Amino acid sequence: MEKIILFAPLVGALIGGFGWRFIGEKGAQMVTTGMLFLAALLSWIVFLSFDGETQHIQILRFIESGALSTDWSIRLDRLTAIMLIVVTTVSALVHLYSFGYMAHDPAWKDGESYKPRFFAYLSFFTFAMLMLVTSDNLVQMFFGWEGVGVASYLLIGFYYRKPSANAAAIKAFVVNRVGDFGFALGIFGLFYLTDSIRFNDVFAAAPALADTTLHFLWADWNAANLLAFLLFIGAMGKSAQLFLHTWLPDAMEGPTPVSALIHAATMVTAGVFLVCRMSPLMEYAPEAMAFVTFLGATTAFFAATVGLVQNDIKRVIAYSTCSQLGYMFVAAGVGVYSVAMFHLFTHAFFKAMLFLGAGSVIHAMHHEQDMRNYGGLRKKIPYTYAAMMIGTLAITGVGIPLTHFGFAGFLSKDAVIESAWAGTAGGYAFWMLVIAALFTSFYSWRLMFLTFFGTPRGDKHTHDHAHESPVVMLVPLGVLALGAIFSGMLWYNSFFGDHNSVNKFFGIPVHETADTGHGSDTGHGEDKDHAADADHGAETTAKSDDHAHDDHAIVAHGEAPKGAIFMAADNHVMDDAHHAPKWVKVSPFVAMIIGLLMAIWFYIINPSLPKKLAESQRPLYLFLLNKWYFDEIYDFLFVNPAKAIGRFLWKRGDTAVIDGTINGIAMGIVPFFTRLAGRAQTGYIFTYAFAMVIGIVVLITWMSFNGGAH
Amino acid sequence: MIQADLNIILPEIILSVYAMLALIGAVYTSQDKAAAMLTYLTAIVFALVAFWIAGAGQATNIAFNGMFIDDGFSRFAKVTILLSAAAVLVMSQDYMSRRGLLKFEYPILIALAVVGMMVMVSAGDLMSLYMGLELQSLALYVVASFRRDSVKSTEAGMKYFVLGALSSGLLLYGASLIYGFAGTTTFSGIIDAAGHGPAPIGLLIGLVLVISGLAFKISAVPFHMWTPDVYEGSPTPVTAFFATAPKVAALALFARVMHDAFGHNVGDWQQVIALLSVLSMFLGAIAAIGQTNIKRLMAYSSIAHMGFAMMGLAAGTAYGVQSMLVYVAIYVTMNIGTFAFIMSMEKDGQPVTDISALNMLSKTEPTKAIAMLVLLFSLAGVPPMVGFFGKLYVLRAAFDAGLVWLAILGVIASVIGAYYYLRLVYFMYFGEDQDDALDRRSAPLLTSVLVASAIIMVVGVVNLFGIEGAAQMAAATLVN
Repeated sequence: MEKIILFAPLVGALIGGFGWRFIGEKGAQMVTTGMLFLAALLSWIVFLSFDGETQHIQILRFIESGALSTDWSIRLDRLTAIMLIVVTTVSALVHLYSFGYMAHDPAWKDGESYKPRFFAYLSFFTFAMLMLVTSDNLVQMFFGWEGVGVASYLLIGFYYRKPSANAAAIKAFVVNRVGDFGFALGIFGLFYLTDSIRFNDVFAAAPALADTTLHFLWADWNAANLLAFLLFIGAMGKSAQLFLHTWLPDAMEGPTPVSALIHAATMVTAGVFLVCRMSPLMEYAPEAMAFVTFLGATTAFFAATVGLVQNDIKRVIAYSTCSQLGYMFVAAGVGVYSVAMFHLFTHAFFKAMLFLGAGSVIHAMHHEQDMRNYGGLRKKIPYTYAAMMIGTLAITGVGIPLTHFGFAGFLSKDAVIESAWAGTAGGYAFWMLVIAALFTSFYSWRLMFLTFFGTPRGDKHTHDHAHESPVVMLVPLGVLALGAIFSGMLWYNSFFGDHNSVNKFFGIPVHETADTGHGSDTGHGEDKDHAADADHGAETTAKSDDHAHDDHAIVAHGEAPKGAIFMAADNHVMDDAHHAPKWVKVSPFVAMIIGLLMAIWFYIINPSLPKKLAESQRPLYLFLLNKWYFDEIYDFLFVNPAKAIGRFLWKRGDTAVIDGTINGIAMGIVPFFTRLAGRAQTGYIFTYAFAMVIGIVVLITWMSFNGGAH
Repeated sequence: MIQADLNIILPEIILSVYAMLALIGAVYTSQDKAAAMLTYLTAIVFALVAFWIAGAGQATNIAFNGMFIDDGFSRFAKVTILLSAAAVLVMSQDYMSRRGLLKFEYPILIALAVVGMMVMVSAGDLMSLYMGLELQSLALYVVASFRRDSVKSTEAGMKYFVLGALSSGLLLYGASLIYGFAGTTTFSGIIDAAGHGPAPIGLLIGLVLVISGLAFKISAVPFHMWTPDVYEGSPTPVTAFFATAPKVAALALFARVMHDAFGHNVGDWQQVIALLSVLSMFLGAIAAIGQTNIKRLMAYSSIAHMGFAMMGLAAGTAYGVQSMLVYVAIYVTMNIGTFAFIMSMEKDGQPVTDISALNMLSKTEPTKAIAMLVLLFSLAGVPPMVGFFGKLYVLRAAFDAGLVWLAILGVIASVIGAYYYLRLVYFMYFGEDQDDALDRRSAPLLTSVLVASAIIMVVGVVNLFGIEGAAQMAAATLVN
């Protein structure tokens, strides 16, 4: 079944992409979408019937080279199961939605076939993403990681006649390479130290890594911290965290379904998934995790501030995504991986829905994306309005405080903020997230008010012809709305309830529960058990690792921790979060209310206020509007120097020096000698004889001077 | 004693007797009517003698007090000479008879030239060296001007003769200087006289003169000037013969003299040969660019190839000799194929040699064009053709011997030389369409030789048909 889930999208992509000439455009769309729905159905079956026990399903032997021995296999645990339903569900719905959205794309001429290509890319992306989340080792994961990168590149640049789309695609690709470089270094480092890239071996070696130092870049580092940090660099690139975030807003050049699937629900969360997947390593890397927390909180804040002033509807949601990813990283950074996954899970529903809703609005407004030209649309497109309203309620976190009753975002975001409070003792990350929650509320409601309320602005003709989207686009919105409303309440206990239910959900063994549940006063009995366990593990692994006795290799002295995620024995953040004071638990709700009230004031009661504020605070406004000038700084620091070097090497190096030399020799010097040789060949015997005699004279002279000197 | 000596030179005796009997027989009987039959018969005799020699075992036999040496090295060279001569004879019959050139003297002269070459590669004495060389040369002077009614052909024979006489004179002068300083004409005596220390200057001057005489035979620069004119003027089958067997013989003799007579003075002759090698490679590559006549072009091509072969010789090691033998074997194979193609180039029944006639050959004769493409790539040294590995071999030998500069220059020359080979390919595949294309006459023999040669260039990559091992054994008997 798992293999069918994994390969159905690939089969769909191949048939749809290469076989559409035989089965027709409609056929290609049907095949790819059908395959995805099949995969989604099976994924839900797997998710609901999964018992928490980690399974390894081998597909084939992948790489055998020296000490490197790797299967291509599926690692099925709770993390994988969660990602499976997120990826396949959103992907299936996006496929369906694209039937309507891509039906008549004005970017293409009549008779040009673009739909099969689009659907094949989508399916290919889904396959690569599934490869990433089901991987059983780092190389397989890297394969999926790069696969989604390629798919993302292809889809951002889908409108390849548009220069800005091509630029955005290249930007996304290049920025991700920076992250991938870190990721690859991390993989190399892990292989160097543990002699294996299998997750199980790496996890088993994690405690030993924490006691190892590694020499890297002229300094000694703690191995666990360094490797966790390098892996996180990869996650930063893929998940658009601060400093490597610049590609995500530009990626909105792609068609809107792509933004919903790749740049909101699935690919960008791969970084969070990576950190959670590597939790057994991350737990031993406190400094790296502190950095993750710090950067996540900063990103959440930064992206929220930029989102306040953007006018392009998709860019607002893109910055919102960036910000929410920061939330997830904070949760992972403080060690509550289940909450990170919880927010990832709920966010996938409501953010995909917001994007698809925005797509529906754009579709209705004939590809107008500037919110300043919207207004008063709620009567024209009521279903879209309802869906967007649910999405906004979910992302801003509407619910009843101090209960577990509310929209999906209410439960997961509050869980993140409580964890942040507990994990940093009410420090920087907590306050950043609360302020970001306020901003989130403000920009989300701003989007709603500008789009659906007030008076129509912009082109009158467009407004008159605004129309509700077809059913194929509304059905996905409806399904996702269900997720946005209920997913939080249904799975709250599994992700962030008491320890027993969380452990059961993630398949963490019971005796560790006792450890974590009651803190350090459990005594030494447990530790002894642990030690015995470890010794036993050492025996078994030592046998199998006989060949791996390089002096640098840390042979795993123990077994990999069971369960999908791992929390160290001294990790009580989740408990502390549950016991947070009431004001902490209420704070995100209050922030949300303030944001809502400000938005109502700014955009319903007094619509002229934003303009005045922007004029009175012009430097701040420009600072935010220009995204903290990150693009400009990067252009100055990296892009322009790189271009200058490239131009220099091209014009001066290649054209002038290399081409010039080659051309000079080939077209000037060689022909000159050719003519000379031709002229010497006079045809007269005396010339020939003369040449011979001259030759002998030269040779004898040479020999007399050189040979005689011996 | 004389009986044992005669046994050793039995192949040469048989060939000589065969040639004389054939001459007398043809003169007194049917004369030119038997020419075709005689050509094939001679080719068969060559092939039989070649197989005989190839199967003669590993022993080293010395006859006539060291004047004649029959060792692995000479056998390798003799087999190559005999087989290439046989191939050329088979190819030339049709061409010659259609132009009324096929006289019965032709195969007989070739046979005598081959006997001369066999004596050359087995020479163990300056006397036998000169004897073989002159026997070969005299036969070649005649065949060069075989088309007596053609001005160009007689001019070619004349030039070749006069310049050949000059080179013979130089060789003799050198030989007498060597004799004067060494007191003996046998190679084994000379090597003792030269000793391990610095050789007397007179001996070295003699050596340079001998080198010059031999360099003339393999048309190394600056003793190459006759080559383009003779190649162009001679009938094409004769050119094909010039480009193959005599080169093998002269190169083998070259190696024999250098190693047997001056084996302890490698440092002295190495620089001279390296210099000749560089000059030949570059002149061959550069001058060929200006040629529009494919036979002249092949003349420069062979000059460049001889430069490469001399690079192996210049290494002065057993590996160098081995690489030279491999290189020359590959070179001969490629040239036979190429000349088979050139012989098949006809327009309205007349042979053409202008390279513009190749325009768009790929359309009219796709098989020949692709075979020719393979051969040209191989001549240029493009991997994965065998020609590339030949070059690799000699470059490696030069590199191992510390002649890095020579190897680098060789690579540069090879890059320049690639231009004119590729230009022919360009004409064949991307040239202009023309009305008067080449005749599409079916010449199954030539085509099959061409295709076979091309296939060898591709398939030979696998193990070079065992040439490598044979060359290694041959080189081991020469250099010790």
